[in-house]
Amino acid sequence: MMEWTDTGVVVAVRPFGETGAVVELMTETQGRHAGLVHGGASRRMRPLLQPGNRLRARWKARIADQLGSLSVEADELRAGRLMDDAAALDGVRAACALASIALPEREPHAAVYYGLEALLAGMESTDLWPALLVRWEAGLLADLGYGLDLTRCAVTGEPDDLTHVSPKSGRSVSREAAAPYLDKVLKLPPFLLGTQTGVAAGDVRDGFTLTGWFIERRILWPADRKLPEARTRLIERLETQGRL
Amino acid sequence: MTSAGPEIERLIQLLAKLPGLGPRSARRAVLHLLKKREVLMQPLAQALADADATVQACSICANLDVVDPCAVCASPARDPKILCVVQDVADVWALERASAFKGRYHVLGGVLSALDGVRPEDLNLATLAERAATAPVEEVILALPATVDGAATAHYVADRLAGLGVKVTSIARGVPVGGELDFLDDGTLAAALQSRRET
Repeated sequence: MMEWTDTGVVVAVRPFGETGAVVELMTETQGRHAGLVHGGASRRMRPLLQPGNRLRARWKARIADQLGSLSVEADELRAGRLMDDAAALDGVRAACALASIALPEREPHAAVYYGLEALLAGMESTDLWPALLVRWEAGLLADLGYGLDLTRCAVTGEPDDLTHVSPKSGRSVSREAAAPYLDKVLKLPPFLLGTQTGVAAGDVRDGFTLTGWFIERRILWPADRKLPEARTRLIERLETQGRL
Repeated sequence: MTSAGPEIERLIQLLAKLPGLGPRSARRAVLHLLKKREVLMQPLAQALADADATVQACSICANLDVVDPCAVCASPARDPKILCVVQDVADVWALERASAFKGRYHVLGGVLSALDGVRPEDLNLATLAERAATAPVEEVILALPATVDGAATAHYVADRLAGLGVKVTSIARGVPVGGELDFLDDGTLAAALQSRRET
């Protein structure tokens, strides 16, 4: 009998039969892991099985390859608290959908899990969470082995005044070296460098463009997938609210 | 497999696809139908054929009825100033059972879903905007599921209707009848407290 116990964030829920649900959790030790929740469509379970909620979960299966069954109980039910915040809801849906389609199943990515936890907590506590989402996406790329190299300029080797990223190599480029290629290189928002605080107007938009570019090309397109619709809608909403 | 022939087997397979029925209960249902041919099986077959021939989606609200526009849209007794937006026809039936709403409906046919790839163009939204923009509609009530996808859809619909000059409201979330606070999730409790009223 295979078995584990962990806490995990609900990233996807799909109905299974009339009463069950196949739930994907993002956990620290098991990564993205799915399991069948018996009675997952019940009135008692549905409030728990919402994307963004953190649950205490126990997974059991006879052999490791099986889907297995999950028994869950509430740990941190955030989804209900975010229902009135349209942007935050889009953020939850975008992050959870991205985790669901980008991460390989049953492969631990503790940094992605903790980043997701911090992002979801940040949605309730700070207006800067869109920048946190961009950072989480950059972290997702890094944890999957496609990280951006933002340590020094790909052309000059200098670590200062990094303002752009090469769309091919994912390496940062200094303002001076990027000048002849401004129509080709991607803007690098300073908050991704970690050395500067504060998020200026346009930074979040640049961040979403940057991470979206590489997530699409390095993770999703090879698997014949595309960025979640919820992410596009989030960016549109943030634009409307003047938060990009 | 039964030993009674392919017709019965096909009937069992079809009935087993209905909600609430599995192969075993479908087998029982088929046996029951065959035993009561005249009082049950033939009327059921006729009713199915009639429903298939006559039931259609209302061209105004997408509710199901044998007439177009549906009885709710055509009824002069319904308040044309209030539209209630619901996910599915089952929600119309639930609200009608409660007899708590006297306006008209608009059935979206689903909610936005990031995972299932349900996009705004997959929903019955274009006609909603047309209806909301047309007099005498004064209020649009969003009665969508209190789920992440349902709430995201409600926000999206509210955005689409903004600027049309109609009041957009949502049904309340809170303590259900017979519910005890101890068993409610944090979100419901928070919503219930926010929606408190003077008594």
